[in-house]
Amino acid sequence: MRRLIYEWAESCRIAAQQIAANRTRSFLTILGVIIGIVAVTLMGTAIRGIDTGFDRSMSLLGDDVLYVEQWPWTPGEDFWLYRNRPDIKVADAGRLNEVIASTPNSRLRLAVPAPATMETVTYAKRQLSNVYIMGTTSDYALIGITDCRSGRFLNEPESRGGRNVCVIGLDVAENLFGADDPLGKTLKIGNQGYQVIGVFERQGSFLGLFSFDSQVVIPLASYAKYFKTGSENASIRVKVKDRRQMDEAREELRGAFRRVRGLLPEQADNFAINEQQAFRSTLEPVKAGLAIAGLFITGLALFVGAIGIMNVTFVSVRERTREIGTRKALGARRRTILMQFLIEAVAVCLLGGAIGLVLAFGLFTLVASLFPSFPIQFSPFLVFVALIISVLTGISSGFVPAWQASSLNPVEALRYE
Amino acid sequence: MPNEIAMEPRLARSGADVVIRIEGITKRYVMGATTVHALKGIDLLIRRNEYLAVMGPSGSGKSTLMNMLGCLDTPTSGRYEFNGQDVANMEDDELAAIRNREIGFVFQTFNLLPRSTSLQNVELPLVYAGVPASERRHRAAEALFRVGLMDRLHHKPNELSGGQRQRVAIARALVNRPSIILADEPTGNLDSQTGREIMTLFENLHEGGNTIIVVTHEEAIARHARRVVRLRDGKIESDHATAHL
Repeated sequence: MRRLIYEWAESCRIAAQQIAANRTRSFLTILGVIIGIVAVTLMGTAIRGIDTGFDRSMSLLGDDVLYVEQWPWTPGEDFWLYRNRPDIKVADAGRLNEVIASTPNSRLRLAVPAPATMETVTYAKRQLSNVYIMGTTSDYALIGITDCRSGRFLNEPESRGGRNVCVIGLDVAENLFGADDPLGKTLKIGNQGYQVIGVFERQGSFLGLFSFDSQVVIPLASYAKYFKTGSENASIRVKVKDRRQMDEAREELRGAFRRVRGLLPEQADNFAINEQQAFRSTLEPVKAGLAIAGLFITGLALFVGAIGIMNVTFVSVRERTREIGTRKALGARRRTILMQFLIEAVAVCLLGGAIGLVLAFGLFTLVASLFPSFPIQFSPFLVFVALIISVLTGISSGFVPAWQASSLNPVEALRYE
Repeated sequence: MPNEIAMEPRLARSGADVVIRIEGITKRYVMGATTVHALKGIDLLIRRNEYLAVMGPSGSGKSTLMNMLGCLDTPTSGRYEFNGQDVANMEDDELAAIRNREIGFVFQTFNLLPRSTSLQNVELPLVYAGVPASERRHRAAEALFRVGLMDRLHHKPNELSGGQRQRVAIARALVNRPSIILADEPTGNLDSQTGREIMTLFENLHEGGNTIIVVTHEEAIARHARRVVRLRDGKIESDHATAHL
């Protein structure tokens, strides 16, 4: 055992010498490994980044909320079928709440109507078009994020009475008011004046598609007075009591809304129940594609790298045949020689892995500094995986030449010119 | 150069001071269609502290016998006992252990590791023997001191002269306190002056109690030995003491 450690240390010393003595050759050899490691870490990072970005986006929606809407979020089969469905009306929310209240042990807590539309918002000479205008009640605080940087969210009298007040997203505030304090000022949505009573905290965007910072929230009653409630964006959001029972809750909601709609048993649903998990399933093929592409590139690069290392180890064994003979004459066992060449191959691969990791880390840092919002994650686990892959590549590519070296006949090895 | 070279006496398990006992050894090589009979029955007894030269023209079986003596190869038939151990039928790794403990090799071409220092080169057999690092350094330095290279511990082979390289190789052969030192044409790559110095070193080692076997084709080198074994056509032609001065 002790001898094994000494031999190991000696082999590491010789491996370092060999790599240092053949710098160019070693570097060219490990290019494949470097590329492979960069590819595998990039892939891992991208997949993790998608997951993190997704989770961050999901937390904006709340993971215990179901959406009753005209359109399903996931791609469905028939456009016209959805197109001709009846609108989701504000009144449906009230009736849905009655059904929920009459159901014993309901898994649903509360339905909140949140119809929305796109409108132009103006203040003084500044104008923002296509701003997401949502009408809702103070109950919305149960469902979405209503934290305010300044001012406050709608209170109950406001949402019931339909006063013309609004809470605006941070981007809306900055674009319309600049450095001025928006609180108490009156902006125009379409032709109607609304007084700003609150500015939301920065919330970020949903999967980079929809920014919660560019929305304006107004009382439902006011919305109903001036805007079309049955638009495509109309939705009723339903809070679920226990997020571990989402499937059961969705079924209950389906039944409840069928009652609201008065559907007969043989009639199909004429509405969609959406949940954020649906997005996750649409992301799976993207992640799988990334993983397959990454594995392919990684595998190819590592394969080429492994062949290169095998070749160089063969050359090294050939060049040092006489050294192998000498070592055997001095008492090196087969195991000793095998280990020495394996360690050299693994050391070269580990060096490649380390360089690859440094390169990948540099790339990540660069991307992260250029695009701060880009979801990017560099994890210790990836470092571990990359180093394990390097070691395995070294062992698998070095084994055959190392075995050949260890099997050399000492007499012939010493005679080798 | 230090003249007293103390050697731990290594007691043979059988026979009083017999180190090598060879009886009826043959070696056949199959080369393609033909079979070469390199050794055709050799008997040889080598005792502790002998100084033996093995001579013979090329093709006489001289190299084959040296490989046998050095436990680098095993005979086709016959008995070979090294310090009472039957080495004729040993496996590769067992032979490696015997070579490591019992035999110090000195090669014509020195065979030092090019990128390692003198000290590291001399330490190598001790690494394979499992000696701890501090003791390794100590013993390697001691061996280099014995061959007169105390001031070249950290030089690499390309910073040394041919004679110095061969001294490093001899120190490496000595460091494990082997039963025999087996030198294959040790002066073949040296000029005659340096060659004489190396032979003087062997002389001193012999006087210090070492058993030395030199394989050579040069009469002048063989004359240093106390006994000369001459081979011809795979057999011992003659085996007698020299008129050593």
